[in-house]
Amino acid sequence: MAAIIPLKEAVREFVHDGDTVALEGFTHLIPFAAGHEIIRQQRRNLTLVRMTPDVIYDQMIGAGCAAKLVFSWGGNPGVGSLHRLRDAVEKGWPNPLALDEHEHAGMAARYAAGASHLPFGVLRGYLGTDLPQHNPNVRFIDCPFTGERLAAVPAIRPDVTIIHAQKADRRGNVLMWGVVGVQKEAVMAAARSIVTVEEIVDDLNAPPNAVVLPSWVVGAVSLVKGGAFPSYAQGYYSRNNAFYKSWDRISRERESFQAWIARHIMGTQDFDGFMASLETAGQHV
Amino acid sequence: MSDVNRSEQAYTADEMMTVAAARMVRNGVACFVGIGLPSAAANLARLTHAPDTVLIYESGTIGTKPAVLPLSIGDGELSETADTVVSMVEIFSYWLEGGRIGLGFLGAAQIDRFANINSTVIGDYDSPSVRLPGAGGAPAIAASCGEVLITLRQNKRAFVEKLDFVTSGGHLEGGDSRERLRLPGKGPTAVITDLGILTPDPVTKELTLTSVHPGVSVESVVSATGWPLKVAAQVQTTNPPTENELAVLRDLQARTARAHSGQA
Repeated sequence: MAAIIPLKEAVREFVHDGDTVALEGFTHLIPFAAGHEIIRQQRRNLTLVRMTPDVIYDQMIGAGCAAKLVFSWGGNPGVGSLHRLRDAVEKGWPNPLALDEHEHAGMAARYAAGASHLPFGVLRGYLGTDLPQHNPNVRFIDCPFTGERLAAVPAIRPDVTIIHAQKADRRGNVLMWGVVGVQKEAVMAAARSIVTVEEIVDDLNAPPNAVVLPSWVVGAVSLVKGGAFPSYAQGYYSRNNAFYKSWDRISRERESFQAWIARHIMGTQDFDGFMASLETAGQHV
Repeated sequence: MSDVNRSEQAYTADEMMTVAAARMVRNGVACFVGIGLPSAAANLARLTHAPDTVLIYESGTIGTKPAVLPLSIGDGELSETADTVVSMVEIFSYWLEGGRIGLGFLGAAQIDRFANINSTVIGDYDSPSVRLPGAGGAPAIAASCGEVLITLRQNKRAFVEKLDFVTSGGHLEGGDSRERLRLPGKGPTAVITDLGILTPDPVTKELTLTSVHPGVSVESVVSATGWPLKVAAQVQTTNPPTENELAVLRDLQARTARAHSGQA
């Protein structure tokens, strides 16, 4: 059964230095509050896994949490570069960042293999690209039935996966809807998991085919209202595209980024404090 | 830059590019859409001549009908207006690799003469001068869609003799190299830029200038290309945007700008 505990406690117990950590959520339901808490608790030397690093990993990389990034698309969607990711790759700041780089289809196959406890995922991918030349985690096999050459990528088995969802019930069953990405696979692939939710209710009222993660496959559930900001939670709040645009300016220089992290994350106790701090600064547009 | 005298024209080079790209989307096709320029063109097509086009974004949103252009490939607008929303594993395996998608629509940072695309690094992979976002869904789109359209602005920084990194395969080394690698789709069938339209030679697959936009000279397209550009014997002139195309595009972009200045 999932433990229903505060996020601070969940991160303290579940996320350790050196862990392989996946914070998933494809544009939607990105667990920003959990990423901030990992920064606050100053976890180091993490292998961060995520299809689209997004602003959340830009913050964690810039704050010095990461030694390695496993990913398939690292930009600020519709805006441009992730400046902290670029600084780490191009200049090794604040520390060098090793890359295990893929295409989306390959990352999806890796998570599905992880959830299935298979050693690798197989797909008709990576052909005609230079990725295999630079990444030993992309190899090719011959289909034993047809002889077709197919790509093979190793399963992802995170030490801990963290996602955000709309609802949990009081026993810790989790419901999510909308763009659900690879969250289910990422949780099922992981040794431990944390789910932050918008609300905890008596009854999920979920139709039988809804995406529900039963309580007994989830490690911890933490109530964090608004915890996906500036991404969105369908049915609760919209994506704050204005913040994504403003991140370009905040993150461009090391000094402005560090000041932002110091004030709004290290200088606050929790996600409510973070949101209040942004509001005071006029950044919660 | 084109040699168009903008003061005499009622539209910009970017608008011409988006309109020309939109026209290539056949009504009813299932179209896998990249973010940015492709998204604007695909939605313009849906709002003009191709209302039955099924737009699919890699967030798993199938049959989406956004009223404003999404900033990301997974904006709430896409999922709220979709026929169905599927998981990441499903969109790439059942739909894309499964051969269900007729048309892929991509942008690019760099392109070569065989319409291979780089969106990964400028410079050496291990010590890049510019780290770009990377592959995302593009390699699978380029490999598996029935055909692929590519749209980007044309200049020597983007149209290069040799890519620093091949992120997504177009026609590879040209000729029959896609078939030899057993890539399922036909690959790129047109590259639409702010200057004109390039299409692959039927045999060599080398990109060939087949149409220039109004007011653009063949020479200016050649000089905006980082390799000796092949030019068709008969170069067409693209029809300028119609009043309706321009009105619908501008309306869409105005709605989008309003939406993204606050919460979207």
